[in-house]
Amino acid sequence: MRFRSPAYTVFSILNYTFIGILSICCVLPLIHIFAVSLSSKAAATANIVNFWPVGFTLDAYMQTLGNDKFLQALMIGIERTVLGTAISMTIVVMAAYSLSKSNDRFKGRNMYSWFFIFMMLFNGGLIPTYLVVSNTGLYDTIWALVIPNAVNVWNIILMLNFFRNLPAELEEAALIDGAGHLRTVFSIYIWVSMPAIATLSLFTMVIHWNSWFDGIIYLTSSDKYPLSSFLQTIVVQDNFAQTGVDPEKLEQISNRTVKASQIFIGALPILIVYPFLQKYFVKGIVIGSVKG
Amino acid sequence: MNKLDTGAASTSSVPSGKKASRAASYWKRTGMLHVLLLPAVIIALIYGYTPMLGIVIAFQEYEPWLGIRNSPWVGLEHFEYLFNYPDSLQVIKNTLIISGMKIVFQLIVPVLFALLLTEIAKSWFKRAAQTLVYLPHFLSWVILGGIFVDILSIRGGLLNRFLAVLGIDPIFFLANGDWFRIVLVVSDVWKEFGFSTIIFLAAIVSIDPSLYEAAEIDGANRWKQVLHISLPSILPIIIVVGTLSLGRVLDAGFDQVFNLYNPLVYEKGDIIDTFVYRIGLLDAQFSFATAVGLFKSIVGFILIVISYRLAYKLANYRIF
Repeated sequence: MRFRSPAYTVFSILNYTFIGILSICCVLPLIHIFAVSLSSKAAATANIVNFWPVGFTLDAYMQTLGNDKFLQALMIGIERTVLGTAISMTIVVMAAYSLSKSNDRFKGRNMYSWFFIFMMLFNGGLIPTYLVVSNTGLYDTIWALVIPNAVNVWNIILMLNFFRNLPAELEEAALIDGAGHLRTVFSIYIWVSMPAIATLSLFTMVIHWNSWFDGIIYLTSSDKYPLSSFLQTIVVQDNFAQTGVDPEKLEQISNRTVKASQIFIGALPILIVYPFLQKYFVKGIVIGSVKG
Repeated sequence: MNKLDTGAASTSSVPSGKKASRAASYWKRTGMLHVLLLPAVIIALIYGYTPMLGIVIAFQEYEPWLGIRNSPWVGLEHFEYLFNYPDSLQVIKNTLIISGMKIVFQLIVPVLFALLLTEIAKSWFKRAAQTLVYLPHFLSWVILGGIFVDILSIRGGLLNRFLAVLGIDPIFFLANGDWFRIVLVVSDVWKEFGFSTIIFLAAIVSIDPSLYEAAEIDGANRWKQVLHISLPSILPIIIVVGTLSLGRVLDAGFDQVFNLYNPLVYEKGDIIDTFVYRIGLLDAQFSFATAVGLFKSIVGFILIVISYRLAYKLANYRIF
């Protein structure tokens, strides 16, 4: 310890306590909802569940996982996440490769850069975007959720910075061996960039899993909703009629515990990938904040 | 380098004449680079730039069955309406109040938290705290909206039960406009303060340790060191983060408001984005909603440009 004054010791104790409490507060809501989801209907309706299940039961999860509509939304959510990430990352890697070339080797690079950066700063807004998506045949298909947002300019910037830091010999060797740009990027660059690609993919997956608004405006019925949009209609709009829970069974298990279980299942994929995310995002933010 | 580049080949026809041959060799070297950019450019043109042209409907009385070409032009009528319509003025006011409060607290709390966290000597404790406070950033407002609606419920919600223990009457957080604003600010800070801390922590870590050593020799206690070394050292970053967030002052958080609000709090909780959604997509007043959206985009764009200028002037920060 560098500081030994009594005042600092007092401060230290208070500081540990304060930070400890504050940190726990950041997950308490999640713990609460998890506890509710594992509690009996009686306990949940009596409002006695805090952070530990009362009258432990898996009924709510049984109900949720036995609900075809929920399972369908879950599958569409996964489909959307996988498809969206694959499309977006392919486009990002290809664009980043070209933009990672220096200005004198790739004339026109500057023009492309501004083309993308301007898109970051200005957009047409909700209604015109909605009209364009509707008029290009994507309306009411899963493509409306994965194509319009595929060009992630921020990911392109991070990826091209990564490519720039690869040794120049790598590309020179490939070119001497007669590989074109296409082969260089797909059979060499993507393999040596796997850590960066994995990281950006993880973040893209989180964005897709969490997106709910596009599903609600571009898809016409809740049968086609990915999980986030589906949860939005039940949880926020409280629209239980659409969710396929049998009203009689609902009596037995209380809509509160079922809701809680659905919310928790929606959050689960994020909780699972969180340790991997945490490993990278600190680095990513710091890289991103340094002038590229 | 350039000689090597000619090896990078995509086939092209044999050119005639010097100029043509230079063009051909340029194409040979860089053609594939353009091709690789093509998917991104096409999608950006269709879904990024075409909607920018679509904002012309803000100056029309757009009807979907007439299309942009046949819809009648009305000039600035929608904008006049925007500035005379009491609802939209209230919405702009709400947006500024809510996002102004968010900006202030989203700056103060992370800076304080970063300074306090630096004083934690046990690294396992520090790491554990960081793991917990970064987490909410990654959860969507659909999930958190569902959780908060449950916790803030007047009928036995967790928070009201806690207040009851303290002898405070239940508060209808999500039905009272003033409380709703407070809920928005507090829950937003709760979700993001940890993540915003990262950049300040990085700035504190990069402070030259010899400054602290020198201060200690001069007899400065820890409080004095924080006041005269840590704070001034991270001040440029604080200024940058603060000015850049000013550029987003019209984004009061659509996802959050949309997932927490209800008609009872429209008066004080409705923001530009939720307003545009309701009048545009639910009431199908495409043109008026686009005009509101355009107003927001233009003001937002100007603010971003100004804030980048300011950040550069005040803290010598450049993003490009």
